[in-house]
Amino acid sequence: MSPPIAPAGWSRWLVPPAALSVHLSIGQAYAWSVFKPPLESALGLSGTQSALPFQLAIVMLGLSAAFGGTLVERNGPRWAMTVALICFSSGFLISALGAATEQYWLIVLGYGFVGGIGLGIGYISPVSTLIKWFPDRPGMATGIAIMGFGGGALIASPWSAQMLESFGSDSSGIALAFLVHGLSYAVFMTLGVLLVRVPRTEKPVEGAPSVLSGPQVSARSAVRTPQFWCLWVVLCMNVTAGIGILEKAAPMITDFFKDSSTTVSASAAAGFVALLSAANMAGRIGWSSTSDLIGRKNVYRLYLGAGALMYLLIALVGDSSKPLFVLCALVILSFYGGGFATIPAYLKDLFGTYQVGAIHGRLLTAWSTAGVLGPLIVNWIADRQEEAGKSGSSLYTLSLFIMIGLLAVGFVANELVRPVNARHHIPAPREAADVAERQQSAESA
Amino acid sequence: MSQNDSSPQSPPDRRPLIAFAWLWVGAPLAYGVYELVQKATQLFTG
Repeated sequence: MSPPIAPAGWSRWLVPPAALSVHLSIGQAYAWSVFKPPLESALGLSGTQSALPFQLAIVMLGLSAAFGGTLVERNGPRWAMTVALICFSSGFLISALGAATEQYWLIVLGYGFVGGIGLGIGYISPVSTLIKWFPDRPGMATGIAIMGFGGGALIASPWSAQMLESFGSDSSGIALAFLVHGLSYAVFMTLGVLLVRVPRTEKPVEGAPSVLSGPQVSARSAVRTPQFWCLWVVLCMNVTAGIGILEKAAPMITDFFKDSSTTVSASAAAGFVALLSAANMAGRIGWSSTSDLIGRKNVYRLYLGAGALMYLLIALVGDSSKPLFVLCALVILSFYGGGFATIPAYLKDLFGTYQVGAIHGRLLTAWSTAGVLGPLIVNWIADRQEEAGKSGSSLYTLSLFIMIGLLAVGFVANELVRPVNARHHIPAPREAADVAERQQSAESA
Repeated sequence: MSQNDSSPQSPPDRRPLIAFAWLWVGAPLAYGVYELVQKATQLFTG
């Protein structure tokens, strides 16, 4: 499939909704927990077993983004969105069959394996195209799309819960819910497939820089540069620190104010978790757009430096003031979202637009690593502290200081980022054309 | 755009399509945000 070239007069403001239709759909992955209790009771599963489709989906997201990135660059965004649509929707349909026949392995295969491929390809599908359409505001453009991934869970969580309430939580009710999800997401994502276009010129906007201005580096060369690995560390540390709060948000706020006069109820803790989701989403669009104004390196200095400061405030005085605790956690989560959303534009600054989608795909392995690392650190330490007889805020003190350390490592990695050495650059198109022309005339001579 | 501007070569007006596309993604997102706000207020009332 050749990339769909935009006809004359095609508006670039049609590309963000195309991207959003994909990201709002695949963001459903973070609402998987809605299906866990019904699956456990209908199929007699343990909590660990019912988490398996989600875990496999996240692993497949990382793998397919890393290994499918070059294919996405070669075949274009429409191909990628079509693959994402087919995989993500058929993942639900296979799961529907699995639930109807009570064959749990089909749900793992469908949602986890097939659907997971849809997540990875869908996640990176619009990135490169958005950057090419918005060379003047790449942070804002990718921020909109990646905000959609956060927004997807906000939509799916209440929607899926209402559906299960209507259809019932037995295996046939779950099967019907999976079927409706698969069909609805197929229709919803079709908009992206139909609307997405690549710009017809290197300069889609008057007055904006050409998409091919600056150095261009291939994905193969990029992974051999220290800059790629510095950004890998930056993303991994930033995400680990964010997950550190997200993973234990509800028990954390309850434990912090257990002994105070203003204890936190279960519903208030749930409200706190919802507020964190809002900060995560707002950070994605807000901070990523800010990076267009203050620069990518500076915005990561803020995420990692001010993020460490917020953790320090929580560790030292968090239990003395609920508003301060909530405010610090909100800022940390906004930095967590911002870190995800700003990374494609940072990659574009360093490696150019040539294969930025593929490079982004490879960098997402940092997310997979952080997804394991973050919960592991926080849960393991909290369990050990509990065993040691600690309670309240002191359960988390060590974890918080570890997070500060991780953010400091990320801060140093960000400081080490320098422009990519010219030996990694691909020849400029005109230069490459000249070389090809010279070779051709030499051959014909 | 004035009528004089719309020559046979001029590209079609994309504004209705842009509005439809943003509504397509904006409506479910607004529903999600509404549900989120409902839940988040529990922090202050719960």
